[in-house]
Amino acid sequence: MPVTSANPLDRRRWMAVLARATASELATSAEGRLPVFTRLRGPEIGLVMLRGRAGGTGPAFNLGEATVARCTVRTAEGWVGHAYCLGRDLRQAELAAALDAALQDPARQSELDVAVVQPLALAQAARRDTLARRAAATKVQFFTLATMRS
Amino acid sequence: MAYVAVKGGERAIDAAHAWLAAERRGDPAVPALTTAQIAEQLGRAVDRVMAEGSLYDRELAALAIQQAQGDLIEAAFLLRAYRTTLPRFAYGRPVDTAAMLAIRRVSAIFKDLPGGQVLGPTYDYTHRLLDFALPDAPAAPAEVDAEPQPLAPAFGILGQEGLVEPDEAKSDDAPGDLTRDPLAFPAARDVRLQALARGDEGFLLALGYLTQRGYGNNHPFVGELRVGEASVEIEPPELGFAIDIGDVVLTECQMVNQFTGSRTAPPQFTRGYGLCFGHSERRVMGMALVDRAMRGAELGEPAEAPAQDVEFVLSHCDNVEATGFVEHLKLPHYVDFQSELETVRRMRADAEGTSK
Repeated sequence: MPVTSANPLDRRRWMAVLARATASELATSAEGRLPVFTRLRGPEIGLVMLRGRAGGTGPAFNLGEATVARCTVRTAEGWVGHAYCLGRDLRQAELAAALDAALQDPARQSELDVAVVQPLALAQAARRDTLARRAAATKVQFFTLATMRS
Repeated sequence: MAYVAVKGGERAIDAAHAWLAAERRGDPAVPALTTAQIAEQLGRAVDRVMAEGSLYDRELAALAIQQAQGDLIEAAFLLRAYRTTLPRFAYGRPVDTAAMLAIRRVSAIFKDLPGGQVLGPTYDYTHRLLDFALPDAPAAPAEVDAEPQPLAPAFGILGQEGLVEPDEAKSDDAPGDLTRDPLAFPAARDVRLQALARGDEGFLLALGYLTQRGYGNNHPFVGELRVGEASVEIEPPELGFAIDIGDVVLTECQMVNQFTGSRTAPPQFTRGYGLCFGHSERRVMGMALVDRAMRGAELGEPAEAPAQDVEFVLSHCDNVEATGFVEHLKLPHYVDFQSELETVRRMRADAEGTSK
């Protein structure tokens, strides 16, 4: 049975993308491409205790909790997929776990990367870019007195 | 305190709660609110409930606000109660606020800090005039072509000169946890920050204001205030490496305070820190002022004001605890009161007996 063939860095990248996608986005982009799988754990809802650092860079402190949905599945081929997604969307967590399993399969990785992960990553990057540009438009332009006199 | 259970009253309670549900819904001719409308359009209320309920979940906070008819302390109470029903799967790695996607970042002390002053969506500089045209306001600002720049934290400049105290050494040691261990004194800064992050905003505001007005003297400046999205990472044991599980909106405040020095520390700027769920500048500013005030003992300052008294602050900043203890006074105390009544009657009889 395969354990994992994915580079942890690649896997971290797609897991981060899947965790930010809605269940309907995952269902739409993965339609017809989902592996046959069985649930090993969940999907289920729990908590993550979030932490900050005193002063921003000092010792850790507990900030408060967030809800999280998680799921673990195994595909018919034996790939085990995990998902942890902030929020309480069980369907999202299950789809993300199934995709995490299938993405580790070298036979399916590139197809799923092109069809699912890359488009979602692009949409997420575009959203972040829009926010950053909107923020940049509120940047204050200061003028010194000398400039205003000239 | 003796408390004797009261039996009976079920029918009255059922009728009262049925009326409450109808009152909550209001006039059926007016369309019902959806939790999505609350989450989207009452965002600052949702943020406050997430912070004081100590649970980041916008949809649940919106539901709690609806269920509590907009009573935000009651809503925070509902979230606190809900969280006790869930298992804790993991602990997040400490969030890297310097790397957040900032939608707002201002400094009141550095005009020309790298990346500039970014106002973001702010009530600052609004005229506080009621806007009768609000229902027709535009949904989103026009797309803009401003080039984003990285917004590095503001403290490099003074820090290099050693004029601002540095943070304590970075450490990932498991911090104290109020949700698992009861509050004990003296409380370390990790527990103090956890308590303040979920403390009552009005209490933090009032205590912060007190420090400005001379009760626990300090002279604060906002070194940096930032709002944005930070990614959350956990390291599940079944994976053995850290994964990114999504973003949360946080507000952070770095307050700097002039400090004349003590036997153990040279004159410098000291700092107070605030961090909370959602967008809430008043909360993090109050938190940072009170955090700094509570550091008095370590900086050799006399503890003379309420904000400097760790036990006073931490024992009273939690509005869920406070409302529980104050509001329980409404519940039947018939037996308690009966015994007090008899005591007062006896004292009076004794007093009348001796005066004759």
